[in-house]
Amino acid sequence: MGRIGVFICWCGENIARAFDMDELTEAVAEIPGVRCAIHYKYMCSEPGQALIREKIRSEKLEAVVVASCSPHMHLKTFRAAAAAAGLNPYLVEMANIREQCSWVHEPYEDETVAKAVSIIRMTVHKVLRNRALEPIRVPLTKRALVVGGGVAGIQASLDLADSGYEVVLVEREPSIGGKMAGLSETFPTLDCSQCILTPRMVEVGQHPNIRLYTYSEVESVEGFVGNFNITIRQKARYVDIEKCTGCLECWNRCPSREAPSEFDYGLTKRKAIYVPFPQAVPARPIIDLNSCAKFLRNECGTCLKVCQANAINFDDQDMLVTEQVGAIVVATGYRMYDIGREQENAKYAGYGEYGYGQYRDVIDSLQFERLLSASGPTGGEVKRPSDGAVPKKVVFIACVGSRDNAKGIPYCSKICCMYTAKHTMLYKHKVHDGQAHVFYMDIRAGGKGYEEFVRRAIEKDGARYHRGRVSKITEENGKLIVRGADTLAGAPVTIEADLVVLAAAMRPATGVLELAQKIKLGYDEFGFLSESHPKLRPVETNTAGVYICGACHAPKDIPEAVAQASAAAGKVQVLFSKGELTREPEVASVNEQTCAACFACVRTCPYLAIDKAEIRDRQGNLRKMTARVNPSLCMGCGTCVAVCPSKSVDLEGFSEEQIYEMVNGLI
Amino acid sequence: MSEDFEPKIVAFVCNWCTYLAADLAGTNRLEYPPNVRILRLPCTGRVDFNLIIKALEMGADAVVVSGCHPGDCHYTAGNYHARRRWILFRELLETMGIETNRIFFSWISAAESKKWQHMITEITDQIREMGPYTAYHEISEATA
Repeated sequence: MGRIGVFICWCGENIARAFDMDELTEAVAEIPGVRCAIHYKYMCSEPGQALIREKIRSEKLEAVVVASCSPHMHLKTFRAAAAAAGLNPYLVEMANIREQCSWVHEPYEDETVAKAVSIIRMTVHKVLRNRALEPIRVPLTKRALVVGGGVAGIQASLDLADSGYEVVLVEREPSIGGKMAGLSETFPTLDCSQCILTPRMVEVGQHPNIRLYTYSEVESVEGFVGNFNITIRQKARYVDIEKCTGCLECWNRCPSREAPSEFDYGLTKRKAIYVPFPQAVPARPIIDLNSCAKFLRNECGTCLKVCQANAINFDDQDMLVTEQVGAIVVATGYRMYDIGREQENAKYAGYGEYGYGQYRDVIDSLQFERLLSASGPTGGEVKRPSDGAVPKKVVFIACVGSRDNAKGIPYCSKICCMYTAKHTMLYKHKVHDGQAHVFYMDIRAGGKGYEEFVRRAIEKDGARYHRGRVSKITEENGKLIVRGADTLAGAPVTIEADLVVLAAAMRPATGVLELAQKIKLGYDEFGFLSESHPKLRPVETNTAGVYICGACHAPKDIPEAVAQASAAAGKVQVLFSKGELTREPEVASVNEQTCAACFACVRTCPYLAIDKAEIRDRQGNLRKMTARVNPSLCMGCGTCVAVCPSKSVDLEGFSEEQIYEMVNGLI
Repeated sequence: MSEDFEPKIVAFVCNWCTYLAADLAGTNRLEYPPNVRILRLPCTGRVDFNLIIKALEMGADAVVVSGCHPGDCHYTAGNYHARRRWILFRELLETMGIETNRIFFSWISAAESKKWQHMITEITDQIREMGPYTAYHEISEATA
């Protein structure tokens, strides 16, 4: 190649005031390979672009250098102009003589002029070795997988399904609904959680575009953006939910009632065959083999006998099903910090001193939500678990775990200040002569109507807030003695309480790390999933085609989780809006002949875009192993090129040869 | 050193942070010596340290490698790879007898145009003091 056109822009006065443009152009014309060098007042203007197009045609230019501003400013402009004249756009490069020369150096000084020439020479050396490239096209399966059927997963699924895309929704529990389905009323409006959520759940269950897998988990994820192969494990439910009519005769007749209810967080017992809660979607039962007499002792079998639909199947097995999708939305949500129980990780210390799990009337906030809920074990009356008495004095402790480095969690769980204020309010509305006390560190009530809400709890509903920590809780004569400090009053406080509610920290759901490893997602030291950019790409991840929303990313409240879910759905829609995916072709490739299969590149690649591949002969014998770049995943950083000991990987647009020649051109 | 010696400094910078800092220095008209020549790479992770030796061999008097701050890499971790390689490479250079005080490694974010200006000004002054780099050819001739 030796027919290069160099177009030097004045940028009005911005460049022209530093150089004699004629002299500069003459010097550039001397560079080997340059066919013509032309200067013009505004290359980016329409006449400037027309000049480039005209010269490409008349001079039969094979590549173009535009010496003007930063490529971040106008590379796309000039590449499009060249393409319009029939030149492959990847044969256009820019020499930055404005931001990095004329604007920052003494005008007309020899060194300044020499620098401009050398920048242009470097760019000529580069473009001489550029290759015509075509955007990489990747086929696209326009279906999405949503992992997690809480409020975030429901929102993302419905948004996608309503916009016409098929959604595969996988939920680990027997019903969708997540944590929100168990809440009483929501801050700051006090609307009933189930009243706003359950219609959305029903919509999911009935939506023609949503394929719902409950009591199922993602077993494996293969493939890449636009082309994921998902294997889903449908756990044995022992009830055929297609045959089942939901009459619940089995549930009525089941004699076992020993297992603690998961939905009521252990506050009640449930039967061995059960529907998690009345509004469950699907409203179909499941048999818990750990409490069913049939499985434990091969007795009973009542459900089998009473089921008219023949839906009971004691021989049910886990099933693996596969689904093809083009995008994945992860919405696995949160769980609560294990306050007093054994911690799975020595980093988390627990709060043995609060007697959770030891005193029955020390409960966590999700349990209190159930006590407040009209659908809860007490029908919405606040009665304490130990003796069913109405508690006249309730102590709420905020930041149990959160913001406590000694307990392993330095972060703020964000929603506890708000739901604790809500708890005091709902408690007061139900127990008019009751008194709520709150121990807190700071009140964090940033959000629309949030601060006003907390003030209402304090000023109208009379909650007493003590700024300080609780050191110990003991039980004496049926009362819980809460010993703490009020640091504003500067005095110790002892309260004889009937019930204590602990606002435990939010932690990511169990199993999220295994899922993250399957999908190749990043996570922080606490197990919250990492977004691609905290400001500009908050729901994207570093794995193309995978998005996150809700509390799997960080503690957040319902409005935020829902907004994020819609954002993630929007990002999937952007991805799906095209017929196929096109990607920048400036990616790495492996010379498979010289590759020594050390796989240093495989270990280095931040995008897991390099695979170990086999080269076989026609008889199918393995000839050698090689590294192979998947151009659909490669982002073109070039880290693999630098680590390859045999120089078998190269990066299009920044090849070894190109860079050496660029250095040569610079000096 | 000769009064009219003007050092040639080659800067390998990443496309997303330091290149944009140099662009911003232009937008803000922050003046600095023209001795630096910027070579844009996608990421400092692309900097094979043979490139640095090559630049010195071709006549550069100093080499700058600059990219995103740790944790800010556009490609997640390229700058960490660059840093790790640099730590190893520095030892090798010393073994080879190449002056490591002519090689500069830095993090400059897209917003740090002043840092770019100051760094280049300082390096240029420093290399002017040190004089042209001739040791490479002396070493390669001695070992030839």
